[in-house]
Amino acid sequence: MSLGHQGAAIRVAGIVKHFGDVRALDGVSFEVATGTVLGLLGPNGAGKTTAVRVLNTVLLPDAGRAEIAGFDVVDSPLEVRRRIGLAGQYAAVDEHLTGRENLRLIGRLSHLSRHDAAARADELLADFALTDAADRMAKTYSGGMRRRLDLAAALVAHPPVVLLDEPTTGLDPASRLDLWTVIEQLVADGTTVLLTTQYLEEADRLADRIVVIDHGHVVAEGTPNELKRRIGETTIHLTFADAAVAERAVTVLDDLSVTRPVADPLSINVPLLGGPARVRDVLNRLGDAGVEARNIDLHAPTLDDVFLALTRSGS
Amino acid sequence: MTLPTAEPRARIRPVAHSSIGWAVRDTLAMARRNLTGMVRVPTVLVFSLVQPVIFVFMFRYVFGGAIKIPGRDYVDFLMPGIFVQTVTFGAINTAIGLAEDKGKGLLERLRSLPMSRGAAMGGRVLADTVRNIVIITVMLLVGFLVGFDTGTNVAMVLLGMAVLVFFGTALAWLFVIVGLTVANGEAAQAAAFPLLAPLTFASSLFVDPSSMPDWLGWWAERQPVSITAEAVRACMLGGPTAGPVTSALLWAGGLSLVLAPIAIRRARRL
Repeated sequence: MSLGHQGAAIRVAGIVKHFGDVRALDGVSFEVATGTVLGLLGPNGAGKTTAVRVLNTVLLPDAGRAEIAGFDVVDSPLEVRRRIGLAGQYAAVDEHLTGRENLRLIGRLSHLSRHDAAARADELLADFALTDAADRMAKTYSGGMRRRLDLAAALVAHPPVVLLDEPTTGLDPASRLDLWTVIEQLVADGTTVLLTTQYLEEADRLADRIVVIDHGHVVAEGTPNELKRRIGETTIHLTFADAAVAERAVTVLDDLSVTRPVADPLSINVPLLGGPARVRDVLNRLGDAGVEARNIDLHAPTLDDVFLALTRSGS
Repeated sequence: MTLPTAEPRARIRPVAHSSIGWAVRDTLAMARRNLTGMVRVPTVLVFSLVQPVIFVFMFRYVFGGAIKIPGRDYVDFLMPGIFVQTVTFGAINTAIGLAEDKGKGLLERLRSLPMSRGAAMGGRVLADTVRNIVIITVMLLVGFLVGFDTGTNVAMVLLGMAVLVFFGTALAWLFVIVGLTVANGEAAQAAAFPLLAPLTFASSLFVDPSSMPDWLGWWAERQPVSITAEAVRACMLGGPTAGPVTSALLWAGGLSLVLAPIAIRRARRL
């Protein structure tokens, strides 16, 4: 029995998962087409990790269905486990084993022959620039090296579906870029990836589609561009000496969709439409009217804004 | 760092074995992984020997003179008790190791692999059984150094060690459950002591239970730690062995049969 259209490597339909009174997932549905990347975005506690744990067969959902490559996670967990690779925010490698031993162990536990497990470990060590450190205990690795080893471990058995739970949380920018490159090449190879992240930038770069969840609900879904359009655009943020001046500025810029933050009567926001020329335009008009701004900055939408915007529109 | 994409690699395929064949292989792979950790971080092994050695010196030389065991040198009575105590407290390491694996997300990864059900826990218990054999051997040598005199032959001493190892395995299953239940290594340690103290001290390990108040003596004679100690004494010191050894093995086997399935079930879904 199939849940949706052909060609989806991951299908999630109406998954509900409670922990006591907390509804970690409250009827979440999405699909990931084969060979694409889905970015699952959400703040801490939104249910991202719970969704991954249902898909990797560790958690039993209370209701709903989930399939990986056509196999139900509840009815055929072994078939699902044969088709997934898991890498997470904890970098689950054995510190007392070397990098090579870690990968060979995963290979053996994925039921590769001794020879294949050894050959595959060498291959992955080379791919992930870990050959020089291959025979050092993983506890001597840097954070970035551990994540790479963790990701390599997820790929040992050539899984067609890879689940990445916040793969770059806590990494320095250079290591994050390294890991992004690897994930991109993985996808170029035809692997389907589910990626959870808190970073809009990461989802923007890697994901074909994005699902935003909050409090166990899907609150938005679309391509990164669609989502960004929903969130809004960069704004010009102006601050004035007092509320009366701010009020006058609003009048002067009346036709530019000016808004005033409720919490900050000294400020106004002007959407940056039409590019940098809008800044000059705004300042000229204020100057002509004799309205002096104390401060100006440009504010690009952050993930915080995404969630604020989405939860506000949802309620 | 590149992931070559141009030439597709030969797809490697899982090897076909019977499910029992894989259960054995997976368990051995996990046991080997755990033993590697033990060898590379020997401090854990060393520390699990420090405490029993201190107990040997304390009871042999500090309290021993004040404890009279009819018909026996106290050191001969003491050492089998020390062996049981060593195995019992050593089982805490099973819980600590598992709680750490859980905390690091390693168990999560193992559960997402197509490995055999129970192999992760079975490998842990098997490795801890090997550790027990090493520790018991070392403590036997310590015993000889302080004047422990076995009244039987090598075969009977080995049988006594086997009883200890079986008991250790049963306890390892218990502490798998503890390790999977608690949040981290420290909590495992904290949870273990109240579980173990009444078993090791209200027992026949260090003194004759007939010297205790009646209610306590009743418990001390009948609980599995004492029964195991009596079986080990029978094997190593002489006297009738069939009854005590059977009781001890029934306890160990019974506990394992009950606890292992619970532990494996717990490990599959947390």
